Amino acid sequence: MANTQGTTGLLGWIDERFPLTKMMREHLTEYYAPKNFNFWYFFGSLAILVLVNQILTGIWLTMSYKPAAADAFASVEYIMRDVNWGWLIRYLHSTGASAFFVVVYLHMFRALLYGSYKKPRELIWIFGVVIFLALMAEAFMGYLLPWGQMSYWGAQVIINLFSAIPVIGPDLSVWIRGDFVVSDATLNRFFSLHVIALPLVLVGLVVAHILALHEVGSNNPDGIEIKKLKDDKGRPLDGIPFHPYYTVKDLVGVAAFLIFFAAIVFFMPEMGGYFLEHPNFDPADPMKTPPHIAPVWYFTPFYAMLRAVPSFAGTQVWGVLVMGAAIVILFFLPWLDRSLVKSIRYRGLLFKLALLAFVVSFLILGYLGALPTTPERTSLAQICTFIYFAFFFVLPILPWFEKTKPVPERVTWK
Amino acid sequence: MKKIIIALLFLALPGLSLATGGEGYPLEKAPIDPHDKASLQRGAKLFVNYCMGCHSLEHQRYNRMARDIGLTEQQVQDNLIFTGAKVGETMKNAMPKADAKQWFGVTPPDLSVIARARGVDYLYTYLLTFYQDPTRPFGVNNAAFPNAGMPHVLWELQGMPRPVYAVHKDAEGKEAKILKGVEITQPGSMSPTEFKGAITDVVNFLAYVGEPAKLERQRLGVWVLLFLGLLFVVFYLLKKEYWKDVH
Repeated sequence: MANTQGTTGLLGWIDERFPLTKMMREHLTEYYAPKNFNFWYFFGSLAILVLVNQILTGIWLTMSYKPAAADAFASVEYIMRDVNWGWLIRYLHSTGASAFFVVVYLHMFRALLYGSYKKPRELIWIFGVVIFLALMAEAFMGYLLPWGQMSYWGAQVIINLFSAIPVIGPDLSVWIRGDFVVSDATLNRFFSLHVIALPLVLVGLVVAHILALHEVGSNNPDGIEIKKLKDDKGRPLDGIPFHPYYTVKDLVGVAAFLIFFAAIVFFMPEMGGYFLEHPNFDPADPMKTPPHIAPVWYFTPFYAMLRAVPSFAGTQVWGVLVMGAAIVILFFLPWLDRSLVKSIRYRGLLFKLALLAFVVSFLILGYLGALPTTPERTSLAQICTFIYFAFFFVLPILPWFEKTKPVPERVTWK
Repeated sequence: MKKIIIALLFLALPGLSLATGGEGYPLEKAPIDPHDKASLQRGAKLFVNYCMGCHSLEHQRYNRMARDIGLTEQQVQDNLIFTGAKVGETMKNAMPKADAKQWFGVTPPDLSVIARARGVDYLYTYLLTFYQDPTRPFGVNNAAFPNAGMPHVLWELQGMPRPVYAVHKDAEGKEAKILKGVEITQPGSMSPTEFKGAITDVVNFLAYVGEPAKLERQRLGVWVLLFLGLLFVVFYLLKKEYWKDVH
């Protein structure tokens, strides 16, 4: 018995009842991707790999972890010592958290390079920014779980930010913690959010991100729409089926990534105190504030912005607002960048300089956010915060001054 | 709410003065070797004899230690367990935490992961730089951890060192005494070299206890990387084969 997909036997039986072959074709074997993807295009599939790693290792960690203030720290050490392969599962998860941000930051940088957020891909970008936000919440809550000194005081500092909001702030922060200080109640609810609520949200968003991508098709390093030129069968001239071409190509990326990943997991899981902070091997002690509280590296750019903004009119809320705005402004990027040219390859020098300044200031902020403040560092952080925001406000007016190059009809191999 | 915060701040004060220690004094590199089982065994012996009265290793099991540092469970049972614990139990001690706080001002911390929290160089320097200071409750102070609450437990082995100060002049010409190191005028039962060796053993042992799976992790890591290197080559060739017809 044949069906619309032309399959028979067991597969045919399934296809009459479930769009298995149809989905395989739409998303893999007949999803045409531009043939000129370069290095920067590995990080999307790598982000999925890391997500799967986090979910699987997370499931196994949850089997032995105890989300209670009295037991949490000891249960992590129990995993490290008494659970078979517990140390490996834990390091895969802790390294995976940092790796997630590495690949996501590079993935976002790719979008900036090639204008992947521009029409018709605005929704892909917006889903992506929401994924980034959810990922930050997920990482923040996960970091409390080992219940070390940095877990505890990091959470204390970040939750206290909410108390800077006028009128509702203090009550809001108590509502988040479930207590007047970070405590057992906070740990328990963060555990719940970390292992159930946010992973569900993340997976859902990733599905939406990919569906939106497959609806409009992938951008490419030349920033041109391959769907404009098709052969007589309706296939894009510059497109190749995602499977097998990009599945085998992404496997190369996966192996290369895993080499770096395994090198860290097996030989430097603490990454010099950046992936696992040394003070976090001291159990959380509400009576003992560490002399220097630094967030994990992936939050440091935003933390630096927070500290760079002085209090004004008797409130600290401005720093919190600036930090929030640094993320919120990303949502508007597709409409702020008004240039019709997508790829940096054909954009003018002005855009290249603006992007360079933006990236450099973000990196400097990340560096500063890990250090204690001094007046000089605060000034530098203020300059970099200014550049970070200036980038978004320069984008709309750039096209008036920018000399772009002609965009080719077909993709190139550069 | 404000009262709670203020109360917390005051409670945090003694902690703060303790926590700020350890900065400033240059740390000496600990010459430890995690593969040296004899050193780990000597370190374990020193630890259970001199440290464990106050400091537990709550997350370390005796039998795991036996296996990892090359002893039999019987040897550990006969020589290293003083508490009547079974060999499968973790290395706890008998000191009540509340009493300890009364005696020392602070509960002696569990040392299971101290090497990971402070670093081996800090532990090494700390254990070598106790010095005589009559102003402190136990008559000793520490260069790496100023005003430490711990007495010089190993003074019988090391002797009681004296502080050595250097005089620095600041920009305004004011003189300030800065602790440069310690010197041993009256050695204990060990020579200075022997004592350094003993401290190396203890630190080596604590580094092992901090992460018992470390050597296994590194051993396995080599094979994992070799496998991934091979996998990379296979995937690369596969990709090349598939992409032959893409122009």
